[in-house]
Amino acid sequence: MLMSEEHILRYDGTFDGFLTAVFHVFELKLLTVSFQRPERVQESLFGNTIEIITDLEKADRVWKGIKSKTSGTGSYRVYSSFLSEQAGVEVLLLDYLRQAFKSAIPMDSDFSNATVLKVSQIAKSVGREKHRMEAFVRFRLTNDGIYFATVEPDFDVLPLISKHFKSRYADQKWIIYDIKRGYGLYYDLEKVEVMQLSLPEGFDATKTNRDYFTASELEFQTLWQDYFESTNIKSRKNMKLHVQHVPKRYWKYLSEKLR
Amino acid sequence: MSFERTQEKLKILADAAKYDVSCASSGSKRSNASKGLGDATGMGICHSYTEDGRCVSLLKILLTNYCIFDCAYCVTRKSNDIKRAAFQVQEVVDLTINFYRRNYIEGLFLSSGIFKSADYTMERLVAVAKKLRLEENFNGYIHLKSIPGASDELMKEAGLYADRLSVNIEIPTKEGLKLLAPEKNREDFIKPMVKVKNEIIQYQSERKIIKSTPKFAPAGQSTQMIIGATGESDQQIMWTSNYFYKKFNLKRVYYSGYIPISYDSRLPQIGTDVPMLRENRLYQTDWLMRFYGFEVHEILNNEHQNLDLDVDPKLGWALRNMEHFPIDVNKADKFMVARIPGLGMKSVYKILQARQFRKLNWDHLKRMGVALNRAKYFLVCDSRDFERRDLTSPQLKSIILQNSTSKYQKILSPQLNLFG
Repeated sequence: MLMSEEHILRYDGTFDGFLTAVFHVFELKLLTVSFQRPERVQESLFGNTIEIITDLEKADRVWKGIKSKTSGTGSYRVYSSFLSEQAGVEVLLLDYLRQAFKSAIPMDSDFSNATVLKVSQIAKSVGREKHRMEAFVRFRLTNDGIYFATVEPDFDVLPLISKHFKSRYADQKWIIYDIKRGYGLYYDLEKVEVMQLSLPEGFDATKTNRDYFTASELEFQTLWQDYFESTNIKSRKNMKLHVQHVPKRYWKYLSEKLR
Repeated sequence: MSFERTQEKLKILADAAKYDVSCASSGSKRSNASKGLGDATGMGICHSYTEDGRCVSLLKILLTNYCIFDCAYCVTRKSNDIKRAAFQVQEVVDLTINFYRRNYIEGLFLSSGIFKSADYTMERLVAVAKKLRLEENFNGYIHLKSIPGASDELMKEAGLYADRLSVNIEIPTKEGLKLLAPEKNREDFIKPMVKVKNEIIQYQSERKIIKSTPKFAPAGQSTQMIIGATGESDQQIMWTSNYFYKKFNLKRVYYSGYIPISYDSRLPQIGTDVPMLRENRLYQTDWLMRFYGFEVHEILNNEHQNLDLDVDPKLGWALRNMEHFPIDVNKADKFMVARIPGLGMKSVYKILQARQFRKLNWDHLKRMGVALNRAKYFLVCDSRDFERRDLTSPQLKSIILQNSTSKYQKILSPQLNLFG
């Protein structure tokens, strides 16, 4: 077998798992590493694979270290760019953390540093997606009295929007379900919990079916669609701007765009 | 709520409200402390965009489009032959709550035609807001129109329930108002604005002493002017705007390109284009005044009464004031960096932060996303490479125009393109 300096850290794909992996990198003084998530496992001929078992205590120590070496914005950027799930983001973040731990002053705004700039750019696109979800979630009232929404965000942003929806819709039960990643947030009037649903066979998330949704639900959707049409000024039509603000991939869950 | 009747009213009263361009839902600090519905802290959210590219953030409707006035520029003027409708207070409350619960909107923007009297109308607007706050425990955003001529007592009550109040002065000049709305005068618009301004100041100072003092119109006041209906100059518009910002602490002034809605000979005829490019330039000027540290007279004055259409106002100012350039981005203060054409405030702040670590060169600026195609003629950085030609303003302008494409190209080049 070929000996190699490269170590492959196989972790569970969670942020705590990633932080645990970072802990090992520093503890074992590993130089060249790559990361592997469960859904992207491939056997590698080269390099030693290390199985990382998520350890909340170690993760917490690393997180505290990050917080002491970066500003609030900086640590938020680390977390949110991790949620981008982009290939190679772990290596980028490791590089960022190595530099941050060495730096005497917080380097979050050193935008002429390529690593800092890249992390801030990824965090920005995740932030944009977070904001879009806060805007584009469309709840529909189910027969069980739960306001239900399905989404397919580009990045794993549900953890970032939980607080926003909790403080806004404190007096109604709601579910925001990420169809792409197969999990959702459920607020039961007390707390928000992560949950998984087995959606009924043939369930079409873009249709409002009376089997699942209240009779008035369709009426309010109609009123909303009417409003959306009436408030438009035809002599100012600008579809380019429209699509720029509401990219087509989001249309299928926007009730006003279903007509 | 009868669905069909509400549906018809909604169509009529949303259509009539759409010429009010304000849709801001930010700047309030109303948090959901009592586990009710809604939260108006933090930034506003545009939940959708109409096909004209405008943000949909609030349910923007009129309570009624019956009106006793006959202002020529207004679609709900008394003499206009259109369908009329009126919402009941409860209908507006139900629509707002149900739209809000579905995450369609940030809140309500309620305006109205004036029926019977100013007070009678204002009373009903206030009743909607009061019901939403007290009965529905609603903490979303509420924008109410101040009805010119409404009593001080009603305005005070309105400010306790609404996040923002606005009264549209509509016509930028007194002469224009006289021509198009002879029944109205400037003082009627200004009186409620003064009242609200004074109450805001008073409530704010009381809050400093007693923390539980209720909020009064926490998102402040705004107004709107119609552009291009009465032949006013950009100078007149922006000086009026500046006056309102300074005198009444307004949060926003909106500019609305006149959309022809009548065959009245005093107004641009139906079919005339909406002056969208001009409107855009006015907003740019507004931003320069509010965020970039420009004084209005630097951009518009007696020698220069109208904005250039072919270049943005900051570039226009730079071309007229070449002696200030080039600016060193590694040394100049914030407001000088902000004067470099092509740099937005976001880039300015990035530059200010990043230059603390090392001197920035062209490559750094480019990677950071600074738009250099215009800026490069007006700045120097950590590089020996910079614009050395001693270009005159007209030369520079023509170089910049040749190397850029405007989204308004069609408006700017009036010649017909036969082979396009």
